[in-house]
Amino acid sequence: MLRVESVVKSFGGFKAVNGANLEVGAGEIVAVIGPNGAGKTTLFHLITGHLSPDSGRILFKDREIAGLPPHVLCRMGITRSFQVVNIFQRLTVFENVQIAVLSRERKTFRIFSAVQGMAAEEVHSILRNVGLYEQRDVESDLLSHGDQKVLEIAVALGGKPELLILDEPTAGMAPEETERCIRLIRKLSDEFGLTILFCEHDMGLVFEIAKRIMVMVRGGTVVQGSREEVRRNREVQDAYLGETGEC
Amino acid sequence: MKKTHVALFLLLAALCSLPLFLPRFYTYIAAIVLLTALLATSLNLAIGYGGIYQFHHAVFYGIGAYGTALMLTRTPMPAALGLLVGPLVSALLSLVMGVICIRLSKLYFGMLQISLGSLVWATVYRWYSFTGGDDGIHGIPLPDRIATPDGAYYYTLAVTALCFFAMHRIVGSPFGKTLQGIRDNPVRSSAIGVHVKAHQLVALVIAGLFGGVAGSLFVVVNNSVFPDMMFWTFSLEVLIMCLLGGMYTFFGPLAGASILVLLRVFVSVYTQYWSLLLGAILTLVIIFLPDGVLGYAVRRFRPGEGRRA
Repeated sequence: MLRVESVVKSFGGFKAVNGANLEVGAGEIVAVIGPNGAGKTTLFHLITGHLSPDSGRILFKDREIAGLPPHVLCRMGITRSFQVVNIFQRLTVFENVQIAVLSRERKTFRIFSAVQGMAAEEVHSILRNVGLYEQRDVESDLLSHGDQKVLEIAVALGGKPELLILDEPTAGMAPEETERCIRLIRKLSDEFGLTILFCEHDMGLVFEIAKRIMVMVRGGTVVQGSREEVRRNREVQDAYLGETGEC
Repeated sequence: MKKTHVALFLLLAALCSLPLFLPRFYTYIAAIVLLTALLATSLNLAIGYGGIYQFHHAVFYGIGAYGTALMLTRTPMPAALGLLVGPLVSALLSLVMGVICIRLSKLYFGMLQISLGSLVWATVYRWYSFTGGDDGIHGIPLPDRIATPDGAYYYTLAVTALCFFAMHRIVGSPFGKTLQGIRDNPVRSSAIGVHVKAHQLVALVIAGLFGGVAGSLFVVVNNSVFPDMMFWTFSLEVLIMCLLGGMYTFFGPLAGASILVLLRVFVSVYTQYWSLLLGAILTLVIIFLPDGVLGYAVRRFRPGEGRRA
């Protein structure tokens, strides 16, 4: 579904992403791991159009998408959540998801119809699925950090994506919240058939839910393969798992 | 919600009866308050709801007024057309300036807008043969029905009420909600498929249009126009109205505009340093009521709903 081929992106003299390769098949859960500063978030920014690559190719369903703006990519079926909470703080939980749904339905230019109650059914069902239904009328700024991260995902779901990209979905979460988030990601994959690409520091989580794993070090891809392949890879052990001791 | 409706109805009824017992001068002041409130609320569409740094909103007010005034004095067209053309010209100007400025974000947008707006002001200020230069245009002929003080007041009241209704609809529309989303988080908005700049541009045009309507009302109420209407310091004053009343409430700018206009009228009777008092009040509001006067009231009396714009 998604293919990234030797993509390069540099800021000034620093090559944040340097020859990254990635392949995500339809329906898969794929994780990107790597030490801090390996270029994971930059790679995601490149895929979702928030940055455009200096060279290399990014293909989504066999179409070249490198350099397309985010709102176009979203309409093609790629949406994402962010590492740092990125929601509409002054709007309620319901409204946060509602905007995403309205945007997908191309209704955001309607000036004289009342927004109240629009797309309510779909928004409610998304909120029930992620477990935020009870808090639907709470201003999103007032949610706990864990709930805000879940809302992140809910907003992304409002776009009915085919490919959902999650940038460290559990960053800063309490253990029980992490547990809940894992269940949610599983559910999205199993029940809704979403293709999910995510990056994460929590190795337990990665090896638990990702079917395939791509390892990035210093902007480049070290290896991409199944859990076993990655675990066995000597280079990975040296460069990442052994050294940082996070495994 | 019901309570708000009752309050609005009472307010409207009170405003309708004002000319019955107020002296002529105060009816005039009331009309100025109304159209200034419309101006401030139109600015708030861009700045409070859209998060766009609209720093030179008075230009659209001024162009709306000049457009109307020039139509009324220099063309044989019916007056109704003049009152309509003014706001349309200002919407058009808003579109042109918007297209140029929108590529910049935040403060840079505001700075460029001030520069372009000042060019417009300078043109109006200097072009004696067409705009009357720094003298402005006086004694603008109006249809009999709205030429009397009471007529002008009721016309202003009706148009302002209509515009408030329309703006309230816009704020509560899918477009309005999306705009608030962009204000809170433009990056996320684009990530969910919203074309951020296109929405902001539409918001600017709408704000310019209603600002222009306020300008055309000024022609009706004051019978004259002058370049100071679109000098940048006045833009600042309108911005202060929004801050004072509360940018994240719909009626905040109305409150702010009322306070500012009345303050100027009544305090300047006693001292020419009325802006000193304004400065003190503004400082206190910013320190103690960061959501503005109305924002504070809403928060206080409707907890939980407080910060909803």
